[in-house]
Amino acid sequence: MLKRGAAPPSWSMAGEGPASRPAPGAADLADTGAEAVCLRAEGLNLYLGEAQRVLCDIDLAVPRNRITALIGPSGCGKTTLLRCFNRMNELLDGCRLEGRVLIDGEDIYRRGIDLPQLRRRVGMVFQKPNPFPKSVYDNVAYGLRIQGIRSRRILDEVVERSLVAAALWDEVKDRLGDSALTLSGGQQQRLVIARTIAVEPEVLLLDEPASALDPLSTLKIEELIYHLKERYTIVIVTHNMQQAARVSDYTAFMHLGRVVEFDDTAALFTNPSLKQTEDYITGRYG
Amino acid sequence: MEAGYTQHISAQYNRELDALKNHLMAMGGLVEKHVAQAVGALVRGDTGVAQRILDDDSSVDAMEVSIDEQCARILARRQPAASDLRLVIAIGKLNTDLERIGDEAAKIARQAIQLSASGGRGAPGVAEVHRLGERVCEMLRVALDALARLDAEPALAVVREEEVADLEYGAALRGMVAQMHQEPGQIDRLLNVIWALRALERVGDHARNIAEYVIYLVVGRDVRHLEASEVAAQLQGD
Repeated sequence: MLKRGAAPPSWSMAGEGPASRPAPGAADLADTGAEAVCLRAEGLNLYLGEAQRVLCDIDLAVPRNRITALIGPSGCGKTTLLRCFNRMNELLDGCRLEGRVLIDGEDIYRRGIDLPQLRRRVGMVFQKPNPFPKSVYDNVAYGLRIQGIRSRRILDEVVERSLVAAALWDEVKDRLGDSALTLSGGQQQRLVIARTIAVEPEVLLLDEPASALDPLSTLKIEELIYHLKERYTIVIVTHNMQQAARVSDYTAFMHLGRVVEFDDTAALFTNPSLKQTEDYITGRYG
Repeated sequence: MEAGYTQHISAQYNRELDALKNHLMAMGGLVEKHVAQAVGALVRGDTGVAQRILDDDSSVDAMEVSIDEQCARILARRQPAASDLRLVIAIGKLNTDLERIGDEAAKIARQAIQLSASGGRGAPGVAEVHRLGERVCEMLRVALDALARLDAEPALAVVREEEVADLEYGAALRGMVAQMHQEPGQIDRLLNVIWALRALERVGDHARNIAEYVIYLVVGRDVRHLEASEVAAQLQGD
């Protein structure tokens, strides 16, 4: 009888991916099908100093009211790409950028654009919660006060609405005057999100928003992100691939400054087109 | 380790997936042996072999339970993705098919014992069981080889062959019914033969299922519920 029972099956074809699906290249903007595009990077190259090219020929279309995750190994450029979307990279020395970033068709790198206005439209949340050393209320009202809004009624309304939207209201409604620094890490991060959405941005950029949080706070943030996409276009950078798989609608896998593959998240995590993507998401990257 | 195998960073995860695959292939080898032996037992009237198959069916059942547990453990602990995910999902399904093949082998063994008890070898219909048995055993062998080598080509051949096996089963069945009319005294024995033929036809169906999962694993495409020609078009097309 057969001896095959003891022989391990060759899994050598595992990484090849499906031969049948057309492999999207880095330049592939499709796969988002009929989705309306909110944010678009075109031929984006970013250099730090003369020698170092951090982003290479990025073409990416981010669909409106969807969550797009950027994944990839450390140093692949995902945070740098995220920071291109609200012109944060300009704060770095020797940073030079080629190509375009369009929000609703408007080039955000054009001369004369109102930067504070851009950063209001494109809000950003960082890995470490960074509440201001002020009260919970003042944190959320901060952006509005900068805009010159003084009406207590409007401020109260926006603070409540933002905290409700950030799923924090029930936990802090009786301690709005307390210092934000007395909140837990997960609460602080939701407070920062409330502060960001208080000024009604269009796009939310989240850079590892849950990586400093415990699993339950992480799930709360993920649940929050899921609900926020009804109103905002969200781009999230995450090291946690399961998190990308859980929360995002689309995923871009980046490597060495390029977008290697961009696809519907379910497709990318069950059936990636490229071996490089396959190796990374199955943990064979090395 | 096979050539070309890409290692996980986690060696322990590698070992878990390897153990799962090996376990499934061992179960495949066992049920394949049971089917071939059951057909042989029926053809030769060997009740000893038939009884051993019946006794051994519980080890097939135990393997099924154990493989399911392994799949659940890997899903819970590793959250597999991409080809690893397809592998674990497919093995969970293949496991059921293999267990059913084991059941069909046991059914054939039971018919072999009853046929033998009702008198001698060379009864009408045994030649048909022999012929269909050889065909589905070959299908099963090719399907399990295709699984071991992850090769979609032979898997497609199994899908095609299953449609041939169905025709052969239909023809054999009509032959048995005709014989029942001619020799009413043989009806009991002919019913045993029909049950055996039916079990073989089911083994062919399961072999086809295995082949379809091989195609799913290799090209990531679900080809269930399609005609063989459509499966071929899917593999060649786009």
